[in-house]
Amino acid sequence: MSIQIKNIRVVDPSNKTDKVGDIFIENGEIVSKLSGTPDKVIDGKNKTAVPGLIDIHSHLREPGQEEKETIATGTRSACKGGITTVFCMPNTKPVTDNAPSVEYILMKSQKEGKVNVFPIGCITKNSQGQELAEIGILKKAGIVAVSDDGVPVSNSQIMRRALEYTKMFSIPVIAHCEDKELSKNGVMNAGKNSMILGLRGIPNQSEDVMVARDIMLAELTSGRLHIAHVSTAGSVELVRQAKKKGLNVTCETCPHYFTLTDDAVKTYDTNYKMNPPLRRQKDVDAVKEGLADGTIDCIATDHAPHTFEDKNKEFDLAPFGIIGFETLLSLVLNELVDKKVLSFQDAIAKMTVNPAKIFSLEKRGSLAVGSIADITIIDTEYSYEYKKENILSKSKNSPFIGRKFKGGAVMTIVGGKIAWSQKDGIIN
Amino acid sequence: MAEKNKKIIADSNKIQLLINKLAKDILEKNIDISEIAVVGIQTRGVYLAKRLLKELLAVKNINMEIPFGILDITLYRDDLGEMGADIPTIKDTNIPFDINAKNIILVDDVLYTGRTIRCALDVLKDYGRPKSIQLAVLIDRGYRELPIQANFTGLSYHTKEQVCVELSEVDGQDVAYICD
Amino acid sequence: MPFNRKDLLGLEDLDKKEIQTIIDSVKPFKSLFTRSIKKAPALIGKTVVNLFYEPSTRTRTSFEIAAKRLSADVVNIATATSSVVKGESLIDTGKTLEAMKADIIIIRHSLAGTPEILAKNLNASIINAGDGFHEHPTQGLLDLYTIYEKKKKIEGLKILLVGDILHSRVAKSNIWALTKMGAKLRVVGPPTLIPKNITDLGVEIFYDLDKAIKGVDVVNILRIQMERQQENLFPSVHEYVELYQVTSERLANAKPDVLIMHPGPMNRGIEISSSVADSPSAVINEQVTNGIAVRMAVLYLLAAARIKQGKKHVNSN
Repeated sequence: MSIQIKNIRVVDPSNKTDKVGDIFIENGEIVSKLSGTPDKVIDGKNKTAVPGLIDIHSHLREPGQEEKETIATGTRSACKGGITTVFCMPNTKPVTDNAPSVEYILMKSQKEGKVNVFPIGCITKNSQGQELAEIGILKKAGIVAVSDDGVPVSNSQIMRRALEYTKMFSIPVIAHCEDKELSKNGVMNAGKNSMILGLRGIPNQSEDVMVARDIMLAELTSGRLHIAHVSTAGSVELVRQAKKKGLNVTCETCPHYFTLTDDAVKTYDTNYKMNPPLRRQKDVDAVKEGLADGTIDCIATDHAPHTFEDKNKEFDLAPFGIIGFETLLSLVLNELVDKKVLSFQDAIAKMTVNPAKIFSLEKRGSLAVGSIADITIIDTEYSYEYKKENILSKSKNSPFIGRKFKGGAVMTIVGGKIAWSQKDGIIN
Repeated sequence: MAEKNKKIIADSNKIQLLINKLAKDILEKNIDISEIAVVGIQTRGVYLAKRLLKELLAVKNINMEIPFGILDITLYRDDLGEMGADIPTIKDTNIPFDINAKNIILVDDVLYTGRTIRCALDVLKDYGRPKSIQLAVLIDRGYRELPIQANFTGLSYHTKEQVCVELSEVDGQDVAYICD
Repeated sequence: MPFNRKDLLGLEDLDKKEIQTIIDSVKPFKSLFTRSIKKAPALIGKTVVNLFYEPSTRTRTSFEIAAKRLSADVVNIATATSSVVKGESLIDTGKTLEAMKADIIIIRHSLAGTPEILAKNLNASIINAGDGFHEHPTQGLLDLYTIYEKKKKIEGLKILLVGDILHSRVAKSNIWALTKMGAKLRVVGPPTLIPKNITDLGVEIFYDLDKAIKGVDVVNILRIQMERQQENLFPSVHEYVELYQVTSERLANAKPDVLIMHPGPMNRGIEISSSVADSPSAVINEQVTNGIAVRMAVLYLLAAARIKQGKKHVNSN
């Protein structure tokens, strides 16, 4: 199978290129020229090709919660969002703290997945924060990082050991930063809105305190720390200072943290309930600033599917989380690029080359010759409304339903094969 | 305010005469004035009742306290919500005397379907058991929808057109006319 | 009258005119209480459900009496929140009641926002009878009415709320209603029980009761929940009494004609001394009486708006 994409604007942050030209794909790789005539020619006029997007934070729910999402549905959803690689968090049922679980996910995604799936293993057994998981064995089985995402590693000594121990595998420890005592029973950001709504609040400091602790532990251990879903001005500043000091610390944020504030919770709509919670405008501004000055390395979705029944509940009882695969790119384009927070190239970098580097993904996150042909084709002029009935994820828990976007993926190529196109949908 | 070419049923002189007639008729039927109590139906029935009260004393040429009450039927209506754009304002009901063993003179301006009076009777029933209830109206415009009759009528003027009564206490003048 | 709502979820949503409308409607209902038959047929044939997920005697009884005095049929359902978590969802319970043709559902729940969920999912009118730490609108209205009845005005009055503001839906509804009507509100309590953002609602924060009480027209004393001590929000009941019990001595600094209010049930000897609770300044029992009249007015206004809405709907088809 060979493909020629003709006359397309090629934006590749890995080598800082932005030019119109052709892309050649053969045997799943990007090549400088084809050995024969192409099997397929794609007209790239007025379109933009970027390296396939890498989403380093998602919950595919399989095994154990297939009513919310499966690897099959989750990867289809990702594909439609222009994402070619997803990392899946280990809080499945059972949790991914053992090799067979990792192998199961990899086997399932080989069979049913539409995009590359890289599992993340647990930091601690059963994510209980008590004893380290068998990280070496997990690494052998194929994990790209460890995390107890959903819950923090509250015990500082264990977090210290995790950062020390993982050094020999060169994989980052992804930290869910939350002081559980400060956030106890909290369901939304602590502040004026939580007071008015009568909901228990989660203060910024619940995140900040743990970010500060983990940075200190990274300093102590020289371990690889990656901070998940940064949502507060305080966290951004802490990471900024850590980077200035030269510590090996990276972080990510999610589209909702640069798009929405806790004003959105006003109607008790549980599609605005996530952890960390939506914060204030000053935090949104700080997150944008962190993205702009490079403090925040990556943009990830924290795609967290929940069924209608799970979410259509009392605010306190509904689970945290929203889906995000199919809105990632459009939100980045509309909220960051169009609003001049980031250049197009820098925005794409945070979903391609940066995660590829942080997680040592070889031959991904780049359109250089020799790279795996994971390519996202974007139409920056494509206007559409994000509608519930068009969502490919099994769950529809998005606060962005009904939002109008300009710009999004129109084709997703995974491993040299067209996996989805706006015209034909998912291609089997 | 009424239009220039409105059709007048009774002017202010006529209204005064009608009240006087009502007072005389009432006294003719109620020999013992000490058993009488007067209750006006909100809004214009209240003002009319007040005038009638004075007239009763004037005709009888005595000075005494006749028990007086006001009554609002809103909470007793069976057409809650069918009253156009706005929910009707609930006005005061104040019957500051024991209605048992009294002959109640119930007063309203216009008698038409009888539904208001039906409500008023229900209100009074919840205050006790009067000796009798007698209905006095300024104008009876006919077309009843319930088997209700006035004991004392100022003027019979049967019409399907709406009859408006204006009283100087609220409207600045006394007049009854056909209104749209 | 400017009242055209399907539900009463909170006083934050109501504007000054709407609040005034409710207050203006209360008196005729209250006047029914002096008759031998305290009942009017306004809501005859209507079904009112008291759906209580939290134990409550006063509020439930008050709503029940209010609905019955308007001749509605009243059903009481008391469910423990725990069984809801395990069993039928709130929305399903609501839908079941609606299928039984409930016209008005009065809900009390330990979780904030539950009345909104019902309101969004049901056609029945929903009245919030207290949801978590959010609002208790009828309590706010009855407190407002009681003050209005005694003081003949709200504008410019200095009103002090004492105690656990953080966890108090009563405080929240009071603040919304009273500030909208032009009162000057103060709150006093330990900083752990007063959200600092409360100043955004135009409320002045005090930590010292003796300073806070100076020159106020009304003192509304909130019930202190003993479990707050276990959450380390104050060190001991003993210390709370020492710092925040409203006593006759402390009241000497208030206006001479100060009103003492308490939403009940009272912890005598804790947040309020018995001498204050039983003093002539206390209008705690009037609050209870007015509660029924206010709830009648709310039931009536919602029922009337409801029929009107229904008619509009029919006409448009």
